[in-house]
Amino acid sequence: MILLKNCKPFDVLIDGGTIRKTGRISEKAEETMDAEGLIVVPGLIDMHVHFREPGREDKETIATGSAAAIAGGFTSVAVMANSGRVCDDAVGVVYVNAKSKEAGGANVYAVGAVSKGLKGEELAELGKMAEAGAVAFSDDGMPILNSELMRRALEYSQMFGKPILSHCEDATLTKGFVMNEGPISARLGLRGYPNAAEAIMAARDCALAALTGGHVHICHVSAKETVEIVRQAKKQGIRVTAEAAPHHLMLTDETLADYESKYKMNPPLRTRDDVDAVVAAVADGTVDVIASDHAPHTAEEKEQELAACPNGVIGLETSLGVVLSIKKIPFDRAIDAMTAAPARILGLRGKGSLKAGSDADLTLIDPKASWTVDPAAFKSKGRCTPYEKMKLTGRAAHVIVGGRVCF
Amino acid sequence: MALDALLKRCRAWKHRHLLGTKDLSRDEISLVLDVAEELSALKGAEPLKGKRLFNFFVEPSTRTKTSFALAARRLGAEVVDFSPSNSSLTKGESLKDTARTIESMGVAFTAIRHSASGAPAFLSRLVQSAVISAGDGTNEHPTQALLDLYTIKQRLGRISGLKVALVGDITHSRVARSNLWALKKLGNDVTLVGPSTLVPKDLDATLSTDFDQALRRNDVVMMLRLQLERQQAGLFPSTTEYVRFFGLTRERLATLRDGAIIMHPGPMNRGLEISGEAADSDRSVILNQVTNGVAVRAAVLLLLSQVNA
Repeated sequence: MILLKNCKPFDVLIDGGTIRKTGRISEKAEETMDAEGLIVVPGLIDMHVHFREPGREDKETIATGSAAAIAGGFTSVAVMANSGRVCDDAVGVVYVNAKSKEAGGANVYAVGAVSKGLKGEELAELGKMAEAGAVAFSDDGMPILNSELMRRALEYSQMFGKPILSHCEDATLTKGFVMNEGPISARLGLRGYPNAAEAIMAARDCALAALTGGHVHICHVSAKETVEIVRQAKKQGIRVTAEAAPHHLMLTDETLADYESKYKMNPPLRTRDDVDAVVAAVADGTVDVIASDHAPHTAEEKEQELAACPNGVIGLETSLGVVLSIKKIPFDRAIDAMTAAPARILGLRGKGSLKAGSDADLTLIDPKASWTVDPAAFKSKGRCTPYEKMKLTGRAAHVIVGGRVCF
Repeated sequence: MALDALLKRCRAWKHRHLLGTKDLSRDEISLVLDVAEELSALKGAEPLKGKRLFNFFVEPSTRTKTSFALAARRLGAEVVDFSPSNSSLTKGESLKDTARTIESMGVAFTAIRHSASGAPAFLSRLVQSAVISAGDGTNEHPTQALLDLYTIKQRLGRISGLKVALVGDITHSRVARSNLWALKKLGNDVTLVGPSTLVPKDLDATLSTDFDQALRRNDVVMMLRLQLERQQAGLFPSTTEYVRFFGLTRERLATLRDGAIIMHPGPMNRGLEISGEAADSDRSVILNQVTNGVAVRAAVLLLLSQVNA
């Protein structure tokens, strides 16, 4: 038994892998942690990360990724299917789960591919992957351009009660893009990705969710138009949920003025109006989840001219600090967006809650800790972050997974 | 002016690199043009003797590359060519490694031409030498804009107050951008003319799809090269339709306002964006542009050498 004492909003008594009770607890435990000044929350969940294993272990492995998760305060993550060997069958799911267990860090859940080989042509074996433990399905990284395939995926996945996580991008409008399309891209002479390319697909997916009754989850919302589409769809009772990445809650396309690759990702950083709209949507719950889209690449790949370097930055070790610095998102909503909301969407029973009987996955947050982002200190193999040298306030002080204190 | 006095004037220049005209102030633009003019009058001096220019051209170019070489030699500098056909870039070497290699060979200036917008900015963070954009992607071609301004001033006696039309594929033109930034700094009225599919609506300038009206209104008409692959990309239906609306034909040549001049950065598609009659007419300053490129690039090298000295 472990007792977390003096933390806000209450003490927590852990019994093995389970939360026994919460409140003001005076009974003795074998181990007591004095958590004065800290806030206890359910273990953070990041439902959108890329760990690259199997196949691109030079970028990240499940072990380094899950260590990065713990360091950032996350007790559970869901890894996307687009690793070097695409996770499009039960073998892929079993592999992720086995490696996760071996790593002994955060719980790593597998997201299976929607289509075989992420080709967007034929449905992958969603049923067998669900049986093996896949928590959702997604071709993330590749948009599903074929509306018929998306329709069938939304119909079929309902049999297993799993959502389809959709990377919304009309690729016919984004060929060769480097950044957001707008005054800044026109000025910098860089190929743009217009908001409309995201919004079109979000609107299509909502229409297909309405048609099929399936659950579509819109990944990494970046455009204000997408926010509005999700808001309207929810009002109509369509089964749609959405997520946003911390960088889309803080940074704008103006950061690209010096052509630095640490600001290149997909979807791209947008304008101040978009940032404000996405922040407001997270605050009012239209966007349910905050997820990092942690996307590690090697230094060699990122240290190139902007047109040549791949999209993506890492986020697990900075997410919490960045989110807590966004004052327009209330603390409780921010935590909900990184705990209960993703647990609900992915159907993770026992996760994302501090209720008695829940899994003993907990994060103790020091809301006042002031720290400077130093990529050299990351557990992730990735080093490319837009927050390099940024001063953040708030970080995880202790992380407990399944009753085991990781730090 | 003697060389010493000229070098003293050069000290007003503060930039280590020339990545674009968008970084330059009005005074700095004027300084380049003044130094270029002084240099034309100065004979025999070799202020850059012992220094080395790397002509690093990852995209094909004839006039810009030659112009940089002539400018450097005129000031006594040595020129080394580094072109894709004989460089390691074709073997997959990264720009970062090429930069390190260049650096270890001892070089004062690198003129870089690259297909990626921002490649000179990227290079400038990796090397100690002065980096000059010789055209990067669809971003900037600063020395072209500076020589264009020099040519306008030479021919029309002033730049201030002139109305300038940039005509054609603005979206994909680094020449248009560099000219736009520079002309805006100088307070000029700039109109971007072309089909709506090739003119970004987000640039801070007057936009027009009416070329005939633009010809009646502007003192300088700068024609841009039309890349034929834009038609395959669906940005305009056919070359004949393009000429119908945006070609500087013989008929349109007659409608130019009094004293107006025609410019083109080259290479031209004769018969497409510009007719042979227009290119060779007495309104055309296209060859002056080429000639002036050497003086302007020499001025840029001299200015940068004083900062990096």
